[in-house]
Amino acid sequence: MKTNDTSRREFISATVLAGLAVAGCSSGKNPFQPDTATLETVKPSGEMVKLLSVNGEVIEVDKAFLKPVPELPQVSNQLARQGIAGKKFVMVIDLSRCKSLKKCQSACNHMHSIHPGQNWIKVYPQQEADHTAPYWQPTTCMHCDEPPCVKVCPVDATFKRQDGIVLIDSDRCIGCRFCMAACPYSTRVFNWEELNLPKEIAEKPYSCETSVPQKKGTVGKCDFCPDMARKGELPHCVSACPNGVFMFGDLNEDAVTNGSETFRFSELVRDKAGYRLMEDLGTKPSVYYLPPVNRNFPFENKEEKEENKKS
Amino acid sequence: MESLAKQKIIEDLLPQKFGKAGKIWVVILLAFCTLGFVAYCMQLSKGLVVTAMRDYVSWGIYISNFVFFVAISLVGSLITAVLRLSQAKWSTPLTRIAEIIAVSAITFASIIIVVDMGRPDRFYNLFIHARLQSPIVWDVIVITTYFFVSILLLYFPLLPDMAILMKFKDKTGMAWLNKMYAFLGSFWKNTKAQIHISEKAVNILSITIIPVAFAIHTVTSWLFATTYRPGWDSTNFGAYFISGAFLVGAGAVVVAMYVFRKAYHLEKYIQNEHFDKMGKVLVMLALLYLYFNVNEFLVPAFKMKKSEEEHLMGLFTGEFAPVFWFAISTAMIIPILILITKRGRKPLPAFIAGLLVVIGSWFKRYLIVTPTLLHPFLPMHDVPEAYKHYFPTWQEWAIALGSLAGALLIVTLFARIFPIIPIQETITEIEEHEMSITKI
Repeated sequence: MKTNDTSRREFISATVLAGLAVAGCSSGKNPFQPDTATLETVKPSGEMVKLLSVNGEVIEVDKAFLKPVPELPQVSNQLARQGIAGKKFVMVIDLSRCKSLKKCQSACNHMHSIHPGQNWIKVYPQQEADHTAPYWQPTTCMHCDEPPCVKVCPVDATFKRQDGIVLIDSDRCIGCRFCMAACPYSTRVFNWEELNLPKEIAEKPYSCETSVPQKKGTVGKCDFCPDMARKGELPHCVSACPNGVFMFGDLNEDAVTNGSETFRFSELVRDKAGYRLMEDLGTKPSVYYLPPVNRNFPFENKEEKEENKKS
Repeated sequence: MESLAKQKIIEDLLPQKFGKAGKIWVVILLAFCTLGFVAYCMQLSKGLVVTAMRDYVSWGIYISNFVFFVAISLVGSLITAVLRLSQAKWSTPLTRIAEIIAVSAITFASIIIVVDMGRPDRFYNLFIHARLQSPIVWDVIVITTYFFVSILLLYFPLLPDMAILMKFKDKTGMAWLNKMYAFLGSFWKNTKAQIHISEKAVNILSITIIPVAFAIHTVTSWLFATTYRPGWDSTNFGAYFISGAFLVGAGAVVVAMYVFRKAYHLEKYIQNEHFDKMGKVLVMLALLYLYFNVNEFLVPAFKMKKSEEEHLMGLFTGEFAPVFWFAISTAMIIPILILITKRGRKPLPAFIAGLLVVIGSWFKRYLIVTPTLLHPFLPMHDVPEAYKHYFPTWQEWAIALGSLAGALLIVTLFARIFPIIPIQETITEIEEHEMSITKI
C-alpha cells in the first residue's frame, strides 16, 4: 500500500508539472490538467505499469490511473501559416504506374474525414486525342507557386507558405467560393452541409495543417499533409498507393520518395520528361507528372470503360 | 404646361395613399419577401446544401441576381448624372425614379451577396482581414461608395420637396410621416445660399458618380474576368457588362415610368415625349450591348479553341441554347424592333419593350454565371451525378424572387412617402420656362 501511495503522489506531481509546462507555451484549455474528480473516484487495480517521468526517472503507476492523452493542436495558427523553414515541398506523380486503384483517394478521404461523395484526390480517365491511348491521371492540389486561389481570397483564408504549401484556414474562410472559381484544376470542394462526423473527430482541435475537422460553409482541398511532414512522414496518398505512383519530397534536398524508392528529383524529372499541368496558365504548380508511357490500355474492366465513355 | 398653377402641381405630385390595387401589390410583395426570408432561414440552419449549387457550379442564381442588381443600379448614374450633365432637361421628372431604383437595387445587391456566403456570420472578416488584391474587396469598396453617393443624390433634391410636404401636412396624412419629414429636412429654409450649396453638391455628386458607377460594374465583371475559365477569360468583359447594365437600367426606368404614370395619373408630367426619348435611348443602348455581345461570342467562336468550344456550343445549340436565344432576342432584338418605329415608342409598347429588356437581361446574367462553371478545364469527374448539373431549388428561387420583391417594395414604399416626381424642380423649370417666354 505504501508504494502505491508514493506512486500516486508522484504521478500527480508529474502530471501537474506537465500541465504547467503545456500551459506555459499554449493558451486555451489545457488537456493535461488532471481531472481531480475522477482521480478521487478511480480505484487502483493493483496492476502496475512502468513509465518514464518528465525528469527521466522510471516510475510505476497503477494502470487504473492511465488515460489517453487528448490530441493537441500540433502548431499554432501563426506557425501553420508560416510553414516549415528551409523546405520546398514537391510531388511527382508517375502516370505510367497508375492503375486507378484509388487507394490514394480512399486513404485521403478517410484521414481527412471528407464529406461522402466528395474527393480531394480525383483520378481522371484522360485521353489526349481520339486515336491515342487513354491513361489515368490522379490530381491533388497543385500547390502552385503563383496560386490563383490565393490571389482572389478576400480575407487571407487561403495562403501560400514558405515551404510552398497552399493551405486553407477554415476558421477564417467566409465561404465566398471565389477561390473555387479561380482554380483551373477544379481541386477545391465546398462543405455544403454540416458533416456527420464521429464525436472524436468532430471534437479534434482544428488546425490548418491537419484540415480536420472540415467545417460547414467553408472550402476544403488537398493540403499535402503538412502535419505528416512535420512528423517526418509521407502524405497519406503517397503511403497508401501500392504502385508507388506518388513521390513526395523536398526540392531543396532534391529528393523525392514513394516510401520504397527514393529518387533525385532533378534527375527523375529530367530523365523521364516530367511536366506540369496547364503550364501555359503560369500558375507554376508544385506537382510534376511523369508521362504515361507503357499504357496497358484500353481500360481493363467494364466499369472503367463506362466511366471513360461518360467523361 | 404653363397653364398648370403651382398649387395644382403640388396637389398632383404629393404622395398619395395606396388605393386598392396598391394595397394588393404591397401584400403580394410582402408575401414574396416573407417566403424568401423563410427559405433563407432554412439555408442558415442547414447550410448551402439547400441550394442546387455544388462543387462545379459553385455560383448559381444568387450571383446572377447580384450581377443583375448591380447592373440595374447603374441607371441612377445614367439618368441623374449623364443626362443632367449633358443638359437634357427632359429627364427631370425621371431623375427620382432612376435614383430610387439605383438605391434599392444596390441595397439588395449587398444583401444577396451575403445570402450567397457560406459563412455570413464571418462577414466582419472582410473588414478585419481584408486583402486589397482581391477583386471582392474592390467590390466591397466601390459598392459602398456608390451606395452613399446614390443616397446623397436622392436626398439633396428631396430637401425642397420635404419643405413643401411639411407645408401640406394635412394632405400627406399620418403624423409619423410628418415627424420624419421634419427630422430629415427641417433645416431646409429654401434660402438662396442653401439652394446654391445644394446645386453645387448635386453637380459634384453627378460628376463623382460616373466613375464610381463604371467602377462597380467593371469590378463586378472582373469577379469573372480575373479567372482563367472559358467564357469568363475575356478582356471585353468590363465594357460588355457596363453596356448591358445601362440597357437593363433604362428598361427598368421605362417600366417604372409607365406604372407610376398609370397608378398616380401623372400623364401631365410623364408625357408621351418621355417615352419617345427613353425609347430612343433604349434602342441605342440595346444596339451597343448587341455590339459587345457579337464581340464576346463571335470572336472566340471563330477560333473555337478546344476549351471554349464546349462552352460556346452549349450556348449556341446545346443545353443552354433555348435560354441563350431567348435572352438575346428579348433583351435586345425584339425591343429594338419595337422601339425603332415611332408608334413603338408610345407608352404601352415602350413599357412592353422595357419589360422584355428587364426579363431578358435577368436570364442573360444567369447565362454569364452558370454555363461557364459547367465546363471546367479538367472534365467533371469523381463527384456524385447531381454535381454535374444545376437547376436552382425552390429555396433559391424563393430567395431570388424575394430579393426582387424586396427591391420593388422599397421603390413602392418610397413613392408612398415621397413625391416620385420632384415637385420643386418641376415648378422651377416651369417658372424658368415662363420667364424665358415673357422675355421674348
